[in-house]
Amino acid sequence: MQFWLTQTLNSLALGGLLLLLSSGFALIFGLMRIANLTHGALFMIGAYVAASVARAGWGFAMAVVLAGLATAAIGGLFERLVLRRLAGNAQAQVLATLGLSFIAADLCLVLWGGDPIPVSPPAFLSGPASLFGFSFPSYRLAVIAVALVAAVVLYLLLERTRLGARIRAGVDDMPMARAVGIRASALFTSVFCLGAMLAGLGGAFGGPMLSAYPGLDADMLPLALIVVILGGVGSLMGTFIASFIIGFVYTFGTALVPDLAYVILFLPMILVLAFRPTGLLGGARA
Amino acid sequence: MKATIPGLLLLAALALLPAVSGEYYVNLGSQMLIAVIFASSLNLLVGYAGLTSLGHAAYLGLSAYIAAWLALRLGLGHAMAAPLTLLATTAIGGIFGWIALRASGLSFLMLTLALSQVVWGLAYRWTSVTNGDNGLSGLTRPAPFGIDMENSNAYYWFVLSITAVVLVVVGRLVNSPFGASLRGTRDQARRMSSLGYNVWAIRWCAFVGASFVGAVAGLLYVYFHKYVHPSVLSVTASAEVLLSVIAGGAGTLAGPAVGAVLVVLLKNYASGYVERWNMLLGAVFVFIVLVMPHGIVPGARSLLARLKEKRA
Repeated sequence: MQFWLTQTLNSLALGGLLLLLSSGFALIFGLMRIANLTHGALFMIGAYVAASVARAGWGFAMAVVLAGLATAAIGGLFERLVLRRLAGNAQAQVLATLGLSFIAADLCLVLWGGDPIPVSPPAFLSGPASLFGFSFPSYRLAVIAVALVAAVVLYLLLERTRLGARIRAGVDDMPMARAVGIRASALFTSVFCLGAMLAGLGGAFGGPMLSAYPGLDADMLPLALIVVILGGVGSLMGTFIASFIIGFVYTFGTALVPDLAYVILFLPMILVLAFRPTGLLGGARA
Repeated sequence: MKATIPGLLLLAALALLPAVSGEYYVNLGSQMLIAVIFASSLNLLVGYAGLTSLGHAAYLGLSAYIAAWLALRLGLGHAMAAPLTLLATTAIGGIFGWIALRASGLSFLMLTLALSQVVWGLAYRWTSVTNGDNGLSGLTRPAPFGIDMENSNAYYWFVLSITAVVLVVVGRLVNSPFGASLRGTRDQARRMSSLGYNVWAIRWCAFVGASFVGAVAGLLYVYFHKYVHPSVLSVTASAEVLLSVIAGGAGTLAGPAVGAVLVVLLKNYASGYVERWNMLLGAVFVFIVLVMPHGIVPGARSLLARLKEKRA
């Protein structure tokens, strides 16, 4: 019983991290039609920055904030300096993000070395919590809570604010959005920063669970891609749901059949692609 | 047909390489030729079908792993193992193609990347089959007609003849009616569809063909190194071959070959001086995309055409 509960909690926590990572990807893809392959690298940068800040003794909260700011700034620079020059050429943009992700991953290796850097969770969350007579690692509970709050905030941001209205207008019909006076340039940069920041926050919150190590980007990017394809490319609600599905499939797959966990990841994707090629909620408005 | 004579001359010149250089350069030449075959296979997809695949290392890697596994675990001889490897890899390519072609455009690209990452993860974690991070070693090269291929020169000539065959076959294929319809689906998918062509089937055939040629490259790769490690399946490997195709010029026969030679040269020489191959690869990628989006061969061609115009 304890095994199933623990694994369920782990699944939800991994799902929460994937939610942060993939919703950033989905936001950028939905608005700008850019498949941002630097997303795994941004996640890793977030984890490394958080690790360094936490090690310097500035506290976990500061680590999360700085990781978010750093990745938002890097994302903004990518968008302004490189992707902007390739506007309208989707394939060139993808290839540029791929090149940038190699550069970023190698820079991390130079800066932080090849050994994994563990990130300690904040002191009040480092012990187990007990609930209904079972004990849980309390940090994972906190990650789930953070992910749920992030999902609600994102939803409100998109549905209830002026920025959200602009983004929705841009997703639906960019030329028309421009015609009614929405400044596409500023909108693109802010959405790219927001998406990059979500990936960085995912990395920072993921640090205590996964620790920061070279190759973290290559481990996370395919999970994010599978989540986005499963949920329906560009659909935020689909991404939320698919994050938790993949969280469960991957965690239980790793626990029950460790050799083949990667193959089991396929199954939900194949089922969805066979019956709904646009993804769970693809085509529907999120 | 006008390319026949220069092609034969080039082949003869390349065949003379072992006469004029030492073993190091002969082995480098074999590696380049394998990269040329691999890039030509991806060119079928990227250049002629307009389908950018970011996971092409999956086919070279799968073929290398299957060949190694058949030889080591089942103890099959080369005469049995080689056709089985090509068949199995092409069949997996057929399945992956079916999955990836459910989507189009950027989603196709993401699916190919995700699929190849799944194979890569499998190579690392399914240790009972793949021996994980240690890789599979202890393989041999085949000895067709009693020729000893452990000799680098013999192996170079073997790879060279297969490269020539592959390039001729790919060249015939893309100039055939099938090649014309393939380019049609790249440029005008909707028109092709209303003319009665089955766009999906044409693309799927190209995908299967590309995975078959990729499997040929994988076999030659595993014979050459007599070892296979999960890194052949990494995104870096997929990116290297995609860079070869795009830097050389997708959709031309010579472009990817030139690109592959350049990438192997760059990797060999640069990695001797700087340890940061990934960073260099990334930087070259960004440079090519920003500065030379059509590649070297088409770029040089238009430059030549402009020079001729000036002279006239």
